[in-house]
Amino acid sequence: MTTHILIRSLDRGATLFLIVIVGLAILVPVLNLAVPPTSAFYIPTYLVALFGKYACYALLALSIDLIWGYCGILSLGHGAFFALGGYAMGMYLMRQIGTRGVYANPILPDFMVFLNWKELPIYWYGFQFFPYAMLMVVAVPGALAFVFGWFAFRSRVTGVYLSIITQALTFALMLGFFRNNFGFGGNNGLTDFKDILGFNVQAETTRNALFVISCIAIMIGFVLCRSIITSKFGKVLIAIRDAEARTRFLGYRVESYKLFVFTLSACMAGVAGALYVPQVGIINPSEFAPANSIEAVIWVAVGGRGTLSGAVIGAVLVNYAKTYFTSGFLAPYWLFMLGALFILVTLLLPRGVVGTLRHWNALRRDRASAAAEDGVREPLPAE
Amino acid sequence: MRFCRACLFALLLTFGLALSATAVRAADLAEALSHFTADDFSETLTGIREVAASGDPRAETIIRALQDGQLLYSAKEKTVYVKDASGKLTDAATGKPISGDAPVDVDNVRLNNRVRGALDAAVGALTLLAKDPAVRYDAAQAVAKSRQASALPTLEAALAKEQDPKIKHAMQEARAAIILSGGKASDEDKLAAIDIIRERADQDSLSLLSSLPADTSPAVMKAATAAIGAVKNRLALWEVVQNAWYGISLGSVLLLAAIGLAITFGVMGVINMAHGEMVMLGAYVTFVVQEVIRANNPGLFDYSLAIAIPLSFLVAGCVGIVIERTIIRFLYGRPLETLLATWGLSLILQQAVRSAFGPNNRDVGNPSWMSGAFDAGGITITYNRLWIICFALAVFVALLALLRYTRFGLEMRAVTQNRPMAASMGIRTARVDALTFGLGSGIAGMAGVALSQIDNVSPNLGQGYIIDSFMVVVFGGVGNLWGTLVGSFVLGIANKFLEPYAGAVLGKIAILVLIILFIQKRPRGMFALKGRAVEA
Repeated sequence: MTTHILIRSLDRGATLFLIVIVGLAILVPVLNLAVPPTSAFYIPTYLVALFGKYACYALLALSIDLIWGYCGILSLGHGAFFALGGYAMGMYLMRQIGTRGVYANPILPDFMVFLNWKELPIYWYGFQFFPYAMLMVVAVPGALAFVFGWFAFRSRVTGVYLSIITQALTFALMLGFFRNNFGFGGNNGLTDFKDILGFNVQAETTRNALFVISCIAIMIGFVLCRSIITSKFGKVLIAIRDAEARTRFLGYRVESYKLFVFTLSACMAGVAGALYVPQVGIINPSEFAPANSIEAVIWVAVGGRGTLSGAVIGAVLVNYAKTYFTSGFLAPYWLFMLGALFILVTLLLPRGVVGTLRHWNALRRDRASAAAEDGVREPLPAE
Repeated sequence: MRFCRACLFALLLTFGLALSATAVRAADLAEALSHFTADDFSETLTGIREVAASGDPRAETIIRALQDGQLLYSAKEKTVYVKDASGKLTDAATGKPISGDAPVDVDNVRLNNRVRGALDAAVGALTLLAKDPAVRYDAAQAVAKSRQASALPTLEAALAKEQDPKIKHAMQEARAAIILSGGKASDEDKLAAIDIIRERADQDSLSLLSSLPADTSPAVMKAATAAIGAVKNRLALWEVVQNAWYGISLGSVLLLAAIGLAITFGVMGVINMAHGEMVMLGAYVTFVVQEVIRANNPGLFDYSLAIAIPLSFLVAGCVGIVIERTIIRFLYGRPLETLLATWGLSLILQQAVRSAFGPNNRDVGNPSWMSGAFDAGGITITYNRLWIICFALAVFVALLALLRYTRFGLEMRAVTQNRPMAASMGIRTARVDALTFGLGSGIAGMAGVALSQIDNVSPNLGQGYIIDSFMVVVFGGVGNLWGTLVGSFVLGIANKFLEPYAGAVLGKIAILVLIILFIQKRPRGMFALKGRAVEA
């Protein structure tokens, strides 16, 4: 059964994509750990951490592509799920600091001691256990998405309305997490982590391991998304994307389909956030900023909406450009570039990079086969 | 009756003062001054009280000198001097320059906080009799605040002479405050004082009434408790009025920010995430106008806003038309793509302004007719808020009239309702689209002029309003200007009423959550369009 699903979900392109990811997951740690620093092929550790960050963004983009590309739900609040997963991981890492904090309190994190809190808030209980924290990484964003989606989809909030209230959602969360008495470190957030599962988060090997785990997470996420969209369930999702009302009239419970895929996507975003935090070493409320969520959407748009691999490629491309441009003398122009990217991609490249390539391929194949009947093509993404 | 007695007392006092000869006065003063030579704080206090009570014309000079640390004394000679601006010593009692050298041991009369407090009260008491009404009024206020019992005789004297009803009232309040905070008076006087204080009904009177001395008689205590209840009620009422006023003020700001969006989003169905940046452009136009006026013709500063309003409308409107022609017209029917493209645009506009004007807040001044405030009952109303409310309503009415009575408004409505039909009637729909978008952006620009008066003018100005504006439009109902009006005021007032209970941030979160829940109930807003237009 499982193998059947796998075989069905992995066409040639998808397999190629997985092979590339596997290759990267092996190549990068080898070039970092086994190659001497003097060699031309050596990858410095800071680059490994950077690639790990890109991998987390790629997973976030994948989760957005699943709902936007295949179900037509444009969430401008996916950064909220990403950040919530990150906070769950951050809470675990905070509890691991123990007595090594500035105030050396065995239970309370530094910021609570600083705020003169006497005991741990109830919602911090249990986060010293890794499995519980990992459960929360998935459960908290998932639960929020479920409740939010249950309300939103049931009352048929669609299109831009949904986009705007998801944006309001992440905005409200940002305001909340900025408050000190919320119990998540206020505007400083959670930082100064020491170790994860007993390994030092700063160590080279840990960084490489986290990178590999992030790659594996992308692969799992990718296969999961592929198996969903190639299933009958996925066909219904695409039908909802292209003609929601008709799908409903055909007897499908549109809101249940949407709710499932939205919640799943939020869980994926939460995992991405959880992997992101130990690699960058901080999580703070600015991750909730609406701008971050919108930026994540543009990664998907650049790579190609409804292509999955495109989302990953888009996230890496845009973030590589961001790193490149914000670190040099071009820094003041980065926002111009990003803004122009938004406009040009929507105007000139609505299919994204991967989508356009596929489109050309399809055209070429059509011409080559020169079939008299109309080639059966996948329906193009619509609103 | 009580008043008559007070008058009689004051009359007697005045007569008494008049009758006493100058010599007697000088003797009084000399005796009072001798307290300053003891170099002891409680002696100094007695001295201040006696000088203030002496009624001597020199008293004010002496008190002021002491306040400024210019009063000197010689312990040996038992004399007190005032040092004038040029550093010369004059005899404190007579005001004549001293003959010969100053005594060797001359030293400043020392002050501490208690003495300073007594000095303030003494100055207040002395200035109660000043010629200038404003000075008298301030003095009455000062005495009411300090509640120094020593000021009472002077206060009574001043009260008897006072003609101006406003100052008289202030003095009566001051007297009541003194009587209640430990002045010796009959219960009748105290009850009368409570009545006066009760009328006043502010935070001060509350603290005064609740801190009566322990030896107050039960009758007075009872009256005071009743008065506290009444004052608290009054204060609570004024707080409601105050919150409502703040809410209306916030609502007018939201209305200004959202009304342009109601055109572009509500009427045209275009999601313009760069709307906030149009507001920001308007604010920067105001800044530039004011800079030019400051540099060239400072006299025109009061008219700067009158110049900035049409100019910002033109600037933001032209930018809007350019945006519509170059970007948005390719994206009609694709709202999600429009959202992304205009978001990109907002990034570019923000960064452009940041490069041109720098990332910091720029200083935009209030013209004179917009600064200041006046009191209306228990609340303070600032002129800039008042003008912004008027401006918001004026813009709303003007826009409504434009849509209703002009040819452009008619064409706009026609294109909104049925584009192909409008086109076949000969309406140039593309031109109408561009102008409509320009209109919405121009109104946003005018909003920027108003917001520059109450908010920081920085490249991020618009970002703070974009989510709120969308909330207003969505809450009020898309495609309906009245919905925008009601929505903005409802949200503004709700926000301000939640703030005292939940704090500013939690209040905002609560509002966002409420709107999200409200959209569940009415997905198309309060005033939803009905019929076929809904699915369009």
